[in-house]
Amino acid sequence: MNDAGMPAWLARAIVNGLLIALAALSVAPLLWMLAVSLMQPGEASAFPPPLLPASPTLHNYAELFSRMGMGRYLLNSFLISTLVTAIAVLLNTLAGYAFAKLAFAGRERVFRLLLAALVIPAQVSMMPLFLMLKQMGLINSYAGAVVPGMAGIFGIFLVRQYARSIPDELLEAPRIDGAGEWRIFFQIVLPVLRPILVTLAIFSFLGAWNDFMWPLIVLSDDSLQTLPVALASLSREHVQDNEMMMAGSVVTVVPVLLLFLALQRYYLQGLLVGSVKG
Amino acid sequence: MKPSTAGWVFAAPALSVIGVFFAVPVLAALALSLTDFDIYSLAHIENLRFVAFDNYLNLLRNPLFWSALGNTLYFVAVGVPLSIAVSLGAALLLHSRLAWFKPLFRTAFFAPVVTTVVAVAVIWRYLLHTRYGLINWGLAQLGIDPVDWLGDPDWAMPAIILFAVWKNFGYNMIIFLAGLQAIPEDLYEAARIDGASPARQFRHITLPILGPVLLMVSILTLAGYFQLFAEPYVITQGGPLQSTVSVLYLMYEEGFKWWNLGNASAVAFLLFVLMTATTSALMWIARRKGVE
Repeated sequence: MNDAGMPAWLARAIVNGLLIALAALSVAPLLWMLAVSLMQPGEASAFPPPLLPASPTLHNYAELFSRMGMGRYLLNSFLISTLVTAIAVLLNTLAGYAFAKLAFAGRERVFRLLLAALVIPAQVSMMPLFLMLKQMGLINSYAGAVVPGMAGIFGIFLVRQYARSIPDELLEAPRIDGAGEWRIFFQIVLPVLRPILVTLAIFSFLGAWNDFMWPLIVLSDDSLQTLPVALASLSREHVQDNEMMMAGSVVTVVPVLLLFLALQRYYLQGLLVGSVKG
Repeated sequence: MKPSTAGWVFAAPALSVIGVFFAVPVLAALALSLTDFDIYSLAHIENLRFVAFDNYLNLLRNPLFWSALGNTLYFVAVGVPLSIAVSLGAALLLHSRLAWFKPLFRTAFFAPVVTTVVAVAVIWRYLLHTRYGLINWGLAQLGIDPVDWLGDPDWAMPAIILFAVWKNFGYNMIIFLAGLQAIPEDLYEAARIDGASPARQFRHITLPILGPVLLMVSILTLAGYFQLFAEPYVITQGGPLQSTVSVLYLMYEEGFKWWNLGNASAVAFLLFVLMTATTSALMWIARRKGVE
C-alpha cells in the first residue's frame, strides 16, 4: 500500500493506462491521416469510417504531384524555409553573441527595448509591411516571404542566453595575440555555439515551414505558394476528396515531424532556454 | 576593429532587419489606423484621408467586430484553462515515478505541436465530419447522438477548442515537466512522513513552487490563443453564422479581402491593447497573490 491507500500495482496501472490513452489520442489523428492517404478515392466517405485501407495505393500522391502541382509547393516551402533558416541563423547568432559578449554603447538599453517588443503580435505590422513590400516590388516573390523572418528577437535572445556561458579568457587570449573580431567569431565562438545553432536552425525552419498567415498574404500567385497555403486553398476546392487531402497533409507534416524526431533533444532544450530561464 | 565597434557591427544586421521589417511597420500601423486607407488609396495615394479615430469608432459600432471579439474571448476563456489543465495533467503523469517509457510518451504528446496547423486542421475537419467522422462514430458507440460539430453555431467553437488543445498541450507540458523536475524530492519526503495525501502534497508543495512557471505559461498561452486565425480559416471559414470569426480573421478579411487596410490596422491595434491589458491584469493578480 502506498500513501494514496491503493495497491502499488493499481496506481501503476492507472498512471500508465492514462499515459497510453493520452498518447493514443495525440498520435491517432496522425496515423489515421497516413492510413486515409493510402485509400482509394471515395473509400473514406463511409460509415463507420475505415481505419485501414482495403488495398493501399499511392494514387492520391501521384494525383497530387501530377495534377495539383504539389512538387512545386514542396519546392517553394523548402526554398523559403531554407533561406529563412540560413539567414536567420547567421544574423541572430552575430547579434546574440554581440549582446552577450561584446560591450558596446547602448547595448543594455537596446536589448531591453527588444525584450519589450516581444509582446507586440506580428500581425500588427502586417498591413504596413505589405504596403512597404509592394513599394519595393517584393509582393509575390520569395523575397517577400523571406524578409520578415530574416532576424528575430527570440532567436537573438536564445543565442545570447547560451553565449553568456563562454568564458571571457577564451576571447581575450586571441585578442592579445592580435586576432581580429571576425576571426574570433568564426574560429572560436561559432564552434562553441554549435549546439544552440542547431536549436536555432530547427526553430527557424519549423517556424518558416509551418507559417501560414504571412505567406497567405504575400504570395497570391499560385506558382509561388507554400505547402500550407496551397493545402488550405486545395482543401476549400476539394472538400470531398478526403483521401487526396490527407495525402497533402502527409506531405506537409512529415518533413517537420522527421526533423523534430531526429533532433528533438536540441529542440526541447531550446524551448526551455526560451521560456523557463526567461 | 575594437570589441565595442565589433559589437555594433555584429548586432547591426539583425537590428536593421527588425527595425525595417518590424518596428517601422508597427509604428506605421498606428498611423495607418488613423486613415481611411482602402483599395482606392492602394491605386492612388492621393485618395488617402486622415480620419482620426473614425476607424476605431466604426469598429465599436460594428456588430461583426463585437461578435469576433466575443468568439475570440470565448476561445481564450475556455481554451487557455483547458489547455493548461491538460498540459499540467500530462506533465504530472510523465513525472510520476510509476510511469514507464517516459521519452516515448513525451515524444508522442509533443508530436502534434510541431505539425503544420493547416495540415492537421484538414485532418480534424474530417474527424469532426457529421456523417462519417470518427468522433461522431465514437460517440455513437457510447450511445450519443451525432453532433453537427462544424454546422451548428453552438458546437463550432467547442470543436475548434478541442482541436487547439490537442495541437498545443505538448508545448506547455514540456515547460511544466522542467518545472516539476526542479522541485526538490525531500519536500515530498517530509510531507509523506507527516502523512500528507498526494492531493495535499499537490496543493501545498507542487502548485506553490510551480507558481511562477504557471504564470509564465498562462501568459504565453493567452498571447498565443488571442491570435486565433488558421484554425477557423481552414476548418470552418468563420462559419457557421460567423460563430468562429475571430478578431484576426476579421483583420485578415478587412485588410486582405476587402483591402480596408486602415480599418484592419485598427483591428490589429485593438487586439494588441486587449492582449496587453489581459496579460498585465494576470501579472497584477499574480503579484498580489505573491507569485513572482
